[in-house]
Amino acid sequence: MISDAAVLLWGVASLLGTAVLAIAVNRTPGSGTRLVYGLTLGISVAALLVLAGRVLEDPVTPSTAVLPVGLPWIGAHFRLDALSTFFLGVIDFGGAMASLYGLGYGSHEPSPHRVLPFFPAFLAGMNLVVLADDAFTFLLSWEFMSLSSWALVIVHHRERENARAGYIYLVMASFGTLALLLALGLLSGPGGNYTFEAMRAAGPTPLVATFVLALMLLGAGSKAGLVPLHVWLPLAHPAAPSHVSALMSGVMTKVAVYGFIRVIFDLLGEPTWWSSIIVLFFGGLTAVLGILYALMEKDLKRLLAYSTIENIGVIFVSLGLALAFKANAMPSAAALALTAALFHALNHSFFKSLLFFGAGAVLTATGERDMEKLGGLIHRMPQTSFVFLVGCVAISSLPPFNGFVSEWLAFQAVLQSPDLPQWGLKVMVPAVGGLLALSAALAAACFVKAFGITFLGRPRSSAVEHAHDADRYSLAAMFILAVLCLLAGILPGLVIDGLSPVTLSLIGSRMPVQMAQPWLSIVPIAASRSSYNGLLVFVFIAISASAAVYVIHRFASHALRRGPAWGCGFADGVAGSQYTGVSFAQPIRRVFGTFVFRATERVEMPAPGETRPARFNLEVHDVIWETLYLPIGKALDFATDHLNHLQFLTIRRYLTLVFLFLIVLLLVLALWP
Amino acid sequence: MNGLTFDIAHLLAGGLVLVSFMMLYQDRLFALINVFAVHAIVLALSVAWQAYIQDAHHLYVTAAIALIFKAIVIPVGLHRIIQRLGIHRDIETAVGIGPTMLAGIGLVALSMVLMLRVTSGADPLAREDLAFALSIILLGLLVMVTRRNAVSQVVGFMSLENGLVLAATGAKGMPLVVEISVAFSILIAFIVIGVFLFRIRERFDSVDVGALDDYRGEHR
Repeated sequence: MISDAAVLLWGVASLLGTAVLAIAVNRTPGSGTRLVYGLTLGISVAALLVLAGRVLEDPVTPSTAVLPVGLPWIGAHFRLDALSTFFLGVIDFGGAMASLYGLGYGSHEPSPHRVLPFFPAFLAGMNLVVLADDAFTFLLSWEFMSLSSWALVIVHHRERENARAGYIYLVMASFGTLALLLALGLLSGPGGNYTFEAMRAAGPTPLVATFVLALMLLGAGSKAGLVPLHVWLPLAHPAAPSHVSALMSGVMTKVAVYGFIRVIFDLLGEPTWWSSIIVLFFGGLTAVLGILYALMEKDLKRLLAYSTIENIGVIFVSLGLALAFKANAMPSAAALALTAALFHALNHSFFKSLLFFGAGAVLTATGERDMEKLGGLIHRMPQTSFVFLVGCVAISSLPPFNGFVSEWLAFQAVLQSPDLPQWGLKVMVPAVGGLLALSAALAAACFVKAFGITFLGRPRSSAVEHAHDADRYSLAAMFILAVLCLLAGILPGLVIDGLSPVTLSLIGSRMPVQMAQPWLSIVPIAASRSSYNGLLVFVFIAISASAAVYVIHRFASHALRRGPAWGCGFADGVAGSQYTGVSFAQPIRRVFGTFVFRATERVEMPAPGETRPARFNLEVHDVIWETLYLPIGKALDFATDHLNHLQFLTIRRYLTLVFLFLIVLLLVLALWP
Repeated sequence: MNGLTFDIAHLLAGGLVLVSFMMLYQDRLFALINVFAVHAIVLALSVAWQAYIQDAHHLYVTAAIALIFKAIVIPVGLHRIIQRLGIHRDIETAVGIGPTMLAGIGLVALSMVLMLRVTSGADPLAREDLAFALSIILLGLLVMVTRRNAVSQVVGFMSLENGLVLAATGAKGMPLVVEISVAFSILIAFIVIGVFLFRIRERFDSVDVGALDDYRGEHR
């Protein structure tokens, strides 16, 4: 009997084969798109079936496989346990949806030969990271994933902005991998035992554990988009074709979260309570700053990328809570927090894929990513705008959709904080809870803006005039995701129970069995404390909305009237004078912007009698980029400028340098106590 | 081991360091090569003595190689090269003799301090030997660094290799293979650099490595 892990490895191998095939078929342009996406769709669905069989049968017993490749005498170890099963499910489902979407969307690609070989390779890389069970395989797969996604980022490399995005992504990805390399190196210890099993058994010293935590925050955090390591994400994710953006935002960030959970919760053993404070701090910071950046953004895909940063912040806050509870031996609360994190990761992969698909459909239809040039698309793309609206409602965590459930679970975990013994955590957790609430509210505002400016109002440019709905493949992918957003929202108990093997294996505890609750309610701790029933909310919303529609249509006039609506203060017919995204964000910018973005507004009024128009100037700074990255770049420039002289020394001087360095080393050796 | 054998081994190794100092002092090429020949002879004696006291006959081969190649063949070859190139009148130290000698003394002190500390558990003869060998290596490097002329850099490099041979023979039980390979690496280096010298001669009409810098468009 061949093990499940081996079956999935065959899946990975066939993905790689598809990548090679894509290179071959692209000699004749235009023929390969359907074939490649069809194959990746088939492989992903097959992998999902294998995983589903596992979940239904026995999700706990790990399934392993060893390949005789990689480092000599070590080989490549692969393992499929509850945690990797869950994340593989996220990856393969995201891959299947992106392939389905790509079946239609890919035909608009001007240079398919730059996308098709790397798309299956990217999927294969992500699968391998999650399957890997030793440090070498893990790092190799991680780097493979980074590089194949980088190749997808620079598909349209002739555009200056994309080339820059690719460069920054490459630098940050290398930096992240370096941090991971050091973290896993520390874990493998002086004995150099690279399998995760040995690391798990070794149990690192507190000092090593501290370094590993810091390095994992740098390594996995930079891939996931933790502030202040997020800078590459809003540049790179939108630069790729939209279905790849969906994969990068919806799925690859989850792979980073997986890496973090695997090392911190699984390999590192018992956490210390203060390590949770660090995770909580960066999680909260990421959530709020991510969504503030998103609010300031007027490029639709970049807005979505910034919103990804916010969601990663939410996930990391939940992970920090899980760490805090785990360190204090509060297993049921820890299970609740970890479930919230995983549930949110799953939800985010649903609705962020959906939203990026929608943005891709808009981009194909209009050729525009700038929201200030869109508007009124609801009339031209009714189906796309409907599913986009579903995605927006879900990501704004409104009931009865799935985003609400996971955020609600996170808040339930926050509410467990009074039981924590440490005062630092007692103060910190509610504060972070406040940040979480703030970010949820801002996210709602952000997506009101995203939907309102893009789809409502009237067209702001001629690009919109001839837009029409996306093709049936793209719409199918988006509708499937929208339905899942709703289903996960009204049947959350199913998901929570499905996650219980993961929390059992990582924390040793689980949330109460939800499907045993009456009427599909979910209860995080006990029914006496709090419970939520998504189905009830959904039924209530459906009934009240239908009743409202009925009442309006029954008792109001049936006639369709077109009359002067409230014009938001503009009376003339110029579409450009509508409410814009920038003006929508102005109140929030005025509250937070002076501090976070050093935003300054200046109104230049003409002198009396002058005929020139008044001007409104807005200046916004990316403070993190300017205070953290620019100085590093300048220091590097300075150093390389000055070290450049070393390239042009005489042979004797080079010898002298070597000699002097040797002497210094010998002196160190001689004087070392 | 009685006192006399130890003293003689010590004397020969110490003599090698002394000859290294003499090499530092030379500012004419012929003199430098002659001193190098002396260096190789002392090395051959020292290796032979080691062969005698360790009762390791294969070390005699090493001693013979040192004597024939390094004390005779290579110096004669270098003499020829210098005559052919017509550079025997060049004075070519880059740093003054005084500071070089002071630096040399410092290097010897450093290697003594270091080696006696690091090898505290070892056999006293091997310890002294290693300390002397490290001094010779460092002095050889110093010769290379303080000379402009390619020929004298080659000589510095070979005296450095002599130090390596001394270290290898001082440690008991070093297999012959290694010594032959060390000796041959020196020979090969000599041949390669000799060819290199002639090419320099053809192109730049000088063996001063400064000419290479001119060729690369740089100036010291």
